[in-house]
Amino acid sequence: MDHRTEEFVERIRRGGKVEATDWMPDEYRKLLIKLIHMHAVSEIMGAYPEKEWVPKAPTLRRKLAIMAKVQDEMGHGQLLLRVVEDLAAPLGKTREDLIADIYTGKVKFHNVFHMEARTWADAGVIGWLVDGAAIINQAALLETSYAPYARVLKRICAEESFHMQHGENIILALAMGTKQQRQMLQEALNYWWESLLFFFGPKEVTPAAERMLYYRIRTKTNEELRQKFLDKYVPRIQSLGLTIPDEQLRYDRERKAWVYSEPDWDKFGRIVRENRGPKSRERMELRRSAHEEQRWVREAMARSHLPAG
Amino acid sequence: MKMEQDTRITDGQKFETALKYWLACLADDELTLGHRDSEWLGLCPDIEGDVAFSSIAQDEVGHAVFYFDLLHQLGEGDPDRLAFSRDQHLRRNAILLERPNGDWAYSILRHYFYDLFDDLRLQSMESSSYAPLRQGTQKIRREEYYHLLHMKTLFSRLGSAGGQARERMEEALLKVWPDLGDLFDFGPYEKELLEFGIISLSGSEVRRRWEEQVRDALLSIGFEWPGEIPSSSRSGRRGEHSSDLQPLLDTLCEVYAIDSNARW
Repeated sequence: MDHRTEEFVERIRRGGKVEATDWMPDEYRKLLIKLIHMHAVSEIMGAYPEKEWVPKAPTLRRKLAIMAKVQDEMGHGQLLLRVVEDLAAPLGKTREDLIADIYTGKVKFHNVFHMEARTWADAGVIGWLVDGAAIINQAALLETSYAPYARVLKRICAEESFHMQHGENIILALAMGTKQQRQMLQEALNYWWESLLFFFGPKEVTPAAERMLYYRIRTKTNEELRQKFLDKYVPRIQSLGLTIPDEQLRYDRERKAWVYSEPDWDKFGRIVRENRGPKSRERMELRRSAHEEQRWVREAMARSHLPAG
Repeated sequence: MKMEQDTRITDGQKFETALKYWLACLADDELTLGHRDSEWLGLCPDIEGDVAFSSIAQDEVGHAVFYFDLLHQLGEGDPDRLAFSRDQHLRRNAILLERPNGDWAYSILRHYFYDLFDDLRLQSMESSSYAPLRQGTQKIRREEYYHLLHMKTLFSRLGSAGGQARERMEEALLKVWPDLGDLFDFGPYEKELLEFGIISLSGSEVRRRWEEQVRDALLSIGFEWPGEIPSSSRSGRRGEHSSDLQPLLDTLCEVYAIDSNARW
């Protein structure tokens, strides 16, 4: 390790933060780009499952709330892309490339956003549990050694906690509603549960995760975060009279940890790596057509100027 | 102000009938366009455009909520019921607003033309004899100012960029033009609306001012005036809609209709 890298690592070990204009090792830059690009793209692709329910929201208040919520997600995507743009500029990458990477399959997005949103209850579960899981992930990243990411995360976490309340509110209405509504809700939970467990990633610490921990880009392991999620949500889900679709699920007092059935790691791994989820292709195509087929708009805006006066 | 409002109402059913009709036009215009705007989610040319369109969509639906709430206060049932369970022949929105979004050029041009119209319509309510409307429109106009600015900027830049953008804007103009007629139709109670001072400008006066501004806007980007706005055979204001409205309503009301008595 060269002297500069040694000093850099020493600095972040002491809790020092890195700014976009600071020198940084190539490996650190590339890890950040990989992580934040995936985060940004997940926010953007995360708008699609809910997009299907925005026009169908069943009351005026819900319509306003879900529109605001999905707008926030897009806004987070935009803020995060700006962070990646700065990091990727020395490598000659632009915003155009970062977006194109989505439909050329060069960047991955979270497994949950490959899944279908089949009913209004799914839209509620996305707001409540998917966003709930995301908050746990993101809150753990607030300590990250890369300061521009931490600043954006601070805002994201604040907004996400509103989303969770929005989702929880939809869920409560359904849980206290008619038999048909409760059934819709239970089916949504059944459908999403396994995806939610997978969301936090594999149990073992992968080599890439190892390097992120080394550079203090992240400070918690996947399993620690998954346990946190279970701590927080299992009691809440049960208090609504819902059944979690996992007969093995229990809290082990000795080990002070939740025991759960393993999600199908292979299946979800393929969904993320190979974009083979039920909605992966369709949503990538939406992103491609939005970007490619409207290039004329971005080009026109770049070459036109406001008329004088 | 409250006194004024109450005396007017006791003056007769006419005031209330005209007012309710007018509020339904306003609410349905804003809900329909806000709904269409929200369909752009995830499909805009860039992420910034997506955030902006979504913000505008929320404003439009927010304005619809304001008008539906006023209708509710006047005894017209629950706002959600008004929004989600009225048949299409009771919907009062202009036909232009129920048209599918088309391409970006069409959406921007339609929005700009509507926002200009809406600004004039709001001006005509700024000294309304109906106090809640007068107060509400002042706030709404502050928001609409930014929509108008945004849409005017996009309109001017796309229109003056040449190439494909210009061609698409020309096509959009031709597509929008025949649908403009019923926008300025203030319905069967226009006379009462003016007499009672609910509004201060007639539909034809709003149209005259609108044409003046649109003529200038078109001229500034080198577009020709497409000729007189054709009078339409149908009027959305009177519940005579195109075949584009029903599919929109089917989507809008899909979840609500699963059980319209449930709490959602």
